[in-house]
Amino acid sequence: MKQTKKLIMMLMICIGCSALFGSTAMAQEVGVVEAVEAVAEAVAEVTEAADEINAADTAWMLIATALVLLMTPGLAFFYGGLVRRKNVLSVLMQCFMCMCVMTVLWVVIGYSLAFGSQPGFWGGFEYMMFNGVGLEANGTIPHVLFAAFQGMFAIITPALIIGAFAERMKFSAFLFFSILWLLFVYCPVCHWVWGQPGDYEGFFALGNDGALDFAGGTVVHINAAVAALMAAFVLGKRAGYPSKISPPHNLPFAVLGAGLLWFGWFGFNAGSELAADAVAANALLVTHVAASAAGVTWALIEWIKRGKPTVLGIITGAVAGLVGITPACGFVNSSGALAIGAGAGILAFVFVALKEKLGYDDSLDVWGVHGIAGIWGALATGIFAIEAIGGTAGVLEGNGGQLLIQCKAVLYTLIYSGIVSFVLLKAVDLVVGLRIAEQAERVGLDLSDHAEAAYTLVD
Amino acid sequence: MKYIVAIIQPDRLDEVLDALEKSEIHLVTVTQVMGRGRQKGIAEFYRGHKEVGSLLRKIKLEIAVSHDFVEKAITAITGAAKSGSIGDGKIIVLNIEDCVRIRTGERGGEAIG
Repeated sequence: MKQTKKLIMMLMICIGCSALFGSTAMAQEVGVVEAVEAVAEAVAEVTEAADEINAADTAWMLIATALVLLMTPGLAFFYGGLVRRKNVLSVLMQCFMCMCVMTVLWVVIGYSLAFGSQPGFWGGFEYMMFNGVGLEANGTIPHVLFAAFQGMFAIITPALIIGAFAERMKFSAFLFFSILWLLFVYCPVCHWVWGQPGDYEGFFALGNDGALDFAGGTVVHINAAVAALMAAFVLGKRAGYPSKISPPHNLPFAVLGAGLLWFGWFGFNAGSELAADAVAANALLVTHVAASAAGVTWALIEWIKRGKPTVLGIITGAVAGLVGITPACGFVNSSGALAIGAGAGILAFVFVALKEKLGYDDSLDVWGVHGIAGIWGALATGIFAIEAIGGTAGVLEGNGGQLLIQCKAVLYTLIYSGIVSFVLLKAVDLVVGLRIAEQAERVGLDLSDHAEAAYTLVD
Repeated sequence: MKYIVAIIQPDRLDEVLDALEKSEIHLVTVTQVMGRGRQKGIAEFYRGHKEVGSLLRKIKLEIAVSHDFVEKAITAITGAAKSGSIGDGKIIVLNIEDCVRIRTGERGGEAIG
């Protein structure tokens, strides 16, 4: 295909040139103008047709895709370390299952629904079974790579919700709910923010309306977090919550998980530029800065308020900072990142502390960390955006309206994801039942749902 | 002075500790153990290999009590740990020669409570 285009282009240039020379020789003005136009057209066509694969961009995106995948096992250990030992395998299993099932779904239909060229609610079926997703360029990377990269996001977003219903949701219910959630919540919201065709301006035009969400503050974090909140309400509290729930059984796992998440987040954020360029580099830097600012902020607050800084606190803070910077990373500089990180640390700290008073059991603080920090990040993007970095100015540079556009995107996501997640939970509850039996919860999901024990005792 | 050793189901621990508190028995040592009784237990699978646990996980509680608390302790533990199925566990009552509180050097009955 490319060869043919090149030949046609060469031919047109030759025709154009010979027409030009020919007419010059004949000294006819009209002929010269026509010839120049012909050459100009040929050049224009060449520029349009050349969506060409750039080796540097492709190399980086290959790595970024792998980095984002690593975040899901990282998340698995982060969550796994925080639950009781009798449930650690169930959390790891649910995360790994997301990796496998969401990938299959993504290939079969998910990518099409999210990124198909049909405007509006969904992207249509044009890319089902990755039909039409081939080796050709999509931007400056192969289409298969773009789809793979996005697929990694589709894996980790449903996996985030696990934190809310950990230790009490049936494995079959988790599976059905996650599948339905990907298709009916993730894919639509993804389409509204990232997947609409460029000229769409209807009700679902969140991205085209100017909402800034570089790597998924709304699509990933707010989306999953409000679903998590719904799950916490619909499933009810764990037996014995709050006084009888043991502390995290393996904090070193949680720290390991947080480290893998931070590392992978470079792919998540900097990779969302889809190119190996200065914007990606800036995204990597601000991601790192925000995580650090948030971690230090949480540690300091805890040190002052409770007398001792904890490792659980600092890693939770760092993750909150990473969540907060996710929508902003392509638009802010390091000062903005410091502010966003610190803000995320403070807000997440407050909401996590409030959780017990509010009385619901969001086992691993998905709402408190991903929801609150995600909302803060989405709004802060509108505040701290710098035109020289990402092309849009924020409130600090005089563009007050950006904050309103951010609010709109946040509200759409909250309302849509909240309602549909609630409905899906209720539907799955009717069909298979969401919650495990009381005795199974006592014995632990590892033995009840998976017939496995994470740690042997004697041997 | 008596020493009570109770082997119970792991998922009953919280209830048993609560029940002991209510009976004014505060001091207890808890360990994870493996053991075998008449219970066959839950099978575990590892890549197709079925592990039929000849040893099962249990929790062991050890409590030193003065003799007038023995029946209270037994009632508390039995009431909270009983589920009716095989594998609920056993309570053993032993005699204690002596008991010493390390911090103060108290001995005997005073050291127990």
